[in-house]
Amino acid sequence: MVDFLLSPPLLLMFGSVALAAAPRNVLPRTVLRALLLALPVWSLWRFWGLDFGDHAQFDLFGQTLTLMRIDGLSRIFAVIFHLAALIGSVYSFYVKDNFQPLVGVFYAGSALGVVLAGDLWTLFLFWEIAAVSSALLVWVRRSGRAAGAGLRYLGMQMVSGVMLLAGIVLLRHELGAAPGWAEFRDLTGLLEDGGLGFANLGPTLILLAFGLKAAFPLLHSWLIDAYPESTPAGAVFLSAFTTKFAIYALARAFPGQSELIWIGGLMTAFPIFFAVIENDLRRVLAYSMTNQLGFMVVGIGIGTELAINGAAAHAFADILFKGLLFMAMGAVLYRVGHVNGSDLGGLYKSMPITTGLCIVGAASISAFPLFSAFATKSLIMSAAAHEHYLWLWLVLLFASAGVFHHAGIKIPFFAFFHHDSGIRCKEAPRSMIVAMVLAAAASMAIGLFPLAEMWFGVANPFYELLPYPVDYEVYTTTHVITQSQLLFFSALAFATLMRTGLYPPELRSVNLDADWLYRRVGLRVWDGVAAACVALHRAGYAVAGRLAARALATAQRHLGPQGFLGRSWLTASMALWVALLLAAYLVVFYWRLG
Amino acid sequence: MAHHDHGKHGGKRYWLDDKRNVAKVFYALIAVDVLWLAADFFYKKKAEFDAWGGWADGGLGFYPVYGFVGAFLLVLAAKQMRRVLMRPEDYYERRRDGGAS
Repeated sequence: MVDFLLSPPLLLMFGSVALAAAPRNVLPRTVLRALLLALPVWSLWRFWGLDFGDHAQFDLFGQTLTLMRIDGLSRIFAVIFHLAALIGSVYSFYVKDNFQPLVGVFYAGSALGVVLAGDLWTLFLFWEIAAVSSALLVWVRRSGRAAGAGLRYLGMQMVSGVMLLAGIVLLRHELGAAPGWAEFRDLTGLLEDGGLGFANLGPTLILLAFGLKAAFPLLHSWLIDAYPESTPAGAVFLSAFTTKFAIYALARAFPGQSELIWIGGLMTAFPIFFAVIENDLRRVLAYSMTNQLGFMVVGIGIGTELAINGAAAHAFADILFKGLLFMAMGAVLYRVGHVNGSDLGGLYKSMPITTGLCIVGAASISAFPLFSAFATKSLIMSAAAHEHYLWLWLVLLFASAGVFHHAGIKIPFFAFFHHDSGIRCKEAPRSMIVAMVLAAAASMAIGLFPLAEMWFGVANPFYELLPYPVDYEVYTTTHVITQSQLLFFSALAFATLMRTGLYPPELRSVNLDADWLYRRVGLRVWDGVAAACVALHRAGYAVAGRLAARALATAQRHLGPQGFLGRSWLTASMALWVALLLAAYLVVFYWRLG
Repeated sequence: MAHHDHGKHGGKRYWLDDKRNVAKVFYALIAVDVLWLAADFFYKKKAEFDAWGGWADGGLGFYPVYGFVGAFLLVLAAKQMRRVLMRPEDYYERRRDGGAS
């Protein structure tokens, strides 16, 4: 029982709840924070002591559920989730209130529950807990916009949860028994007859549920909408978990699902256009996240060992460098009050350390040699090339140039350089800087490990963490030169566009995206339906009113004081009428007898 | 919180405040790019594809051209997207009847 409660997902969740419940006078803030940081460290230590296989099984409603099933794929996600919880907590200490790190660690625990789940029911349970706890991190901004965005966010997460639940129930119906590990790890196998669609509705719904959280095209706008509305720390936590456990779930259940290749390809390409014209720099990062998730989805779609390794490795690296970029922009938001590219510039003078660390994040996401994505994204690119997907490879190459353009250059350039906006502020708070240094160091280590392996023969601990054995050389002459050429000439394009004035200026604006469909069109349709109902009700009411009025007038005419039936009659005429009536009665009587 | 420093000569002058130095950075970038392009002459490229008459991806200058043209067209295309997609900042906050709230 103790082992069960101290299993990593529950340890983080119950631990953070216990710390939140502890009275302030019992636990001073510093002690609480020390314990909060100790939670992920303790949890990671406990996790590391567990062998591959099933752990912490329990019975619920007559079914045996497996809280943790550890293998190579779940291990790498579990490790990075612990690191993300730790770094995010350190970062969030810039505010006195401990609400954000407490919710963040709880959310990390639920995310851990998803990647360690040994069956689909357990996965569903943590899937929902993660949805609700992460929504709190949007609402914590306590602004009107955040309230709306958080509600829309939660709504979309619930749609994912409902699809997942419906998918599992349908699957159970089709199989005649609860879907177990064998089905969970190979839903692609169940799709072999008929493929995706109504013929295989269960697995299809599960794929869509995963896809919604992995920000598939048209299902992605909750991410763009909600993450940038959160607080600096909230966005850091949010950027780490939900999308990445969706990637894990796809890699677990649908490796080699061919549709994922073009879906992922689309995801790498379309967001970069939006990112170029987006003014809110954290929203640029959200688009950039969709683009990076696209690379991972492509890797899962290709499905070879190299590609799955690439997807897992890139998810790991993305949590670090995307977290770092969100942290840097969060620091700007905290110090300046906004992150609008149109109103920033020249901040390197006030925030030199943040600038430097942001550039490390920018170089990492752009896959510069020596930085992390160079050692992770290239696994996916090479997998695409090895399988001879020429067009896909060209799209990925274009997306790589585009990533550098919007995340590598645009983010640091418009925030910290460009023209001097005249804004003078303090450097980021110490907790933010410590967290950024941790993320930057971890991110650089991933890029440098292969070099250390090549030059000094030191084993690469990062590649050893990947699900499959790695036989891949990152630092080849061709790779270093071609990647540098791609990036430096992309930079030249940016510089040329800036100097010639062709580059579109940053403008205070919003750009329509898929969420327009429900925030505007859907709302209009809803308004239309509501207005039609009101009109119908009014028209019905009017017709009924007119009919009632007419009936009343008729009754008035006949039964009223002057009406034929209502007015006073003379006694003589009454007697005449009675006589006539009796006469008529007599006639009828004789006629009937006759 | 932040404050604004509008005095042009009030604060410290930084190296990048001088427009000539920004130009120097640009020319340095061009010089670096020329060097990267020249690198293609000095090694044997391990190509994965032989499409487009072998130019993609083993040909001379494939990556530089692809990177430059790709990024250039990306920005020009995105700029055109603004015509269709751009709305005022408070677009979603406006009341449903179209008036500003």
